[in-house]
Amino acid sequence: MAAVEDKAIPSDIPAPGSLASDRFGMTSKRAAGADERLASTGRLTQWLRRPEAGAAGGLLATIIIFALLPGAANLYSLQGSMTFLTLSAELGIIATAAALLIIAGEFDLSVGSMVGFAGVVIGLTVKYWGLPLWGGIACAFAVAILTGYVNGLIVVKTRLPSFIVTLASLYILRGLSIGITRAVTGRTQIPYILDGAPDPGTSALFNGHIFAGLFHWMGSQGWIATRSDGIPFVAGIPMSIVWWLGLTALAGYVLTQTKYGNWIFATGGDLNAARNVGVPVDRVKISLFIYTACAATLLATIQVMEAGSADTTRGLLKEFEAIIAAVIGGVLLTGGYGTVYGVLFGALIFGLVQMGIFYTGIDTDWFKVFLGIVILMAVLVNNYIRLKALGRGGGK
Amino acid sequence: MSQSAQTIHPAMELRGVSVSFGSVRALQDIDIKVYPGEVHCLLGDNGAGKSTLIKVLSGVHRPTKGEILVDGKPVVFRSPRDAQDLGVATVFQDLGMISLMSITRNFFLGREPTRSSLPFSRIDKEGANNIARQAMADIGIDVRDPTQAVGTLSGGERQSVAIARAVHFGARVLILDEPTSALGVHQAAMVLKFIIEARMRGLAVIFISHNIHHAYPVGDTFTLLNRGRNRGTYAKSDISRDEVISIMSGGEDLKAVEAEIAGLLAQIGNRSPAIAS
Repeated sequence: MAAVEDKAIPSDIPAPGSLASDRFGMTSKRAAGADERLASTGRLTQWLRRPEAGAAGGLLATIIIFALLPGAANLYSLQGSMTFLTLSAELGIIATAAALLIIAGEFDLSVGSMVGFAGVVIGLTVKYWGLPLWGGIACAFAVAILTGYVNGLIVVKTRLPSFIVTLASLYILRGLSIGITRAVTGRTQIPYILDGAPDPGTSALFNGHIFAGLFHWMGSQGWIATRSDGIPFVAGIPMSIVWWLGLTALAGYVLTQTKYGNWIFATGGDLNAARNVGVPVDRVKISLFIYTACAATLLATIQVMEAGSADTTRGLLKEFEAIIAAVIGGVLLTGGYGTVYGVLFGALIFGLVQMGIFYTGIDTDWFKVFLGIVILMAVLVNNYIRLKALGRGGGK
Repeated sequence: MSQSAQTIHPAMELRGVSVSFGSVRALQDIDIKVYPGEVHCLLGDNGAGKSTLIKVLSGVHRPTKGEILVDGKPVVFRSPRDAQDLGVATVFQDLGMISLMSITRNFFLGREPTRSSLPFSRIDKEGANNIARQAMADIGIDVRDPTQAVGTLSGGERQSVAIARAVHFGARVLILDEPTSALGVHQAAMVLKFIIEARMRGLAVIFISHNIHHAYPVGDTFTLLNRGRNRGTYAKSDISRDEVISIMSGGEDLKAVEAEIAGLLAQIGNRSPAIAS
């Protein structure tokens, strides 16, 4: 007994009070007697440990590379920028959702097919059932919630890899899109959806612009290019970008600031440990499957409003682009780690490269080669950053 | 040991608990009482049923037969969360820590302190950091930075976080599964000191250990498990350290093994001149 009650605390541990001023423990001047084996970490290292650091660096490099190539003036003009931002936004909307799901330890490969299917639901309900536009969109979201729920439920109950479960959904949804559309319309496209359904409010919500007045005024001042009738080429900031930034901010808040966000990290970090402390891991996963399906439906709605038509092949390969943007953004494929701000950068890199290659006149065949290299680099950087985060590898 | 003779209820009690997995009977007819302010050591070889028993106590497994009582009232644990809500906190051998998450996030996982009860209300991070650091300081651990990932901590530090977490959330029964097995001398001593402190605060502690030098000094009561059965519960005054050692190292089995080894050695001894020549 006596041996146990000896003073076991090493004398070099400071009293709790002395730590109070040292809120985050990252200051370099440490209280005397602190653990001398702990090397102080500089601000740069602190910053590099952030999961979005790799993506931010990658984005910066991409911006610089395209600035040095021919066609930069067009790419970085207001019009060019708005084009690649819109591309990034459309990808970013689904990539953010995919990222949350990957952080929770699961994949949803049915996102791309869901984009096509949701478009078909809007098209058929509006054009053939005569529903108002908002009604068709509501139907599409209802279908998305059901699809996400079923995907999640199967994954959670069977404990099969979500990769295989949602691969099945990928084919089922795509097949349903084509099958139903062809059975009803005899074709694989549903054109002129908006013609019989005037609903400017709903349309503006997904396909409008904000700051239109400001852009119009800038046009009248001659600051931005206008058409002959005085309307600027860029009428405002497209709603897709607003949705993208809004959802990213919301997802970022939820992930880092709320209880539910903590549960997302825990579910992907260690499923059993999370379950043992009472995290409702099944509910977390199912809700995120619903979110990815709804994000796909939002993208589908934006595309339908923009084009005025639905196409059964919409969203093809989008599931992979979403996963790629998430990985470039610093999300660990194995789950438990990542940020949505990194995914924002990932989506930006994606949009920028796609438009950059177009504007520089490089053969677009090379886009995929470039993409492959970026993915590989992203994964290597992610791996390095994760080891850094755990304080291992890379040394000082 | 009749119920009326006791002025206090056991903090936790198992009555006739059996657990089967298919045709395997992992536990049979286990009766155990753990009182507040008592350190109850569970002893037994590998496969004796210690792990299964811990999982029953912590709500991971439900008993096939028998009942669990907390403070004299029968309870049913549908999940580990139910057990925790009744003050039964378990530090599993793997610690249940998520290494890519921060100390604070791990500490409060599943019980995050929010500023309001709205579904997406903000976690009070600063408050959480302070509480986590204070809870760690209370058991003598200097947390450099509660926002650092648990993966960066040493085994002993992780153990401390897990114990501090279990105690902070109002545990009445603290179950520690091999808490000292991965630790150095200093850190193990600290954990033992902490067990005694927990006992003095009136907690019931269930302590599983293979190390007699850790178990005997802090234990008040010793229960021996063998092949899924309770082979007896002894107060410290009724059992000597050597007897505990004998039980823990296999007792009769060990004597048989010793005899066998002696026989083998004798054979080798007989042969050795032949090898030498």
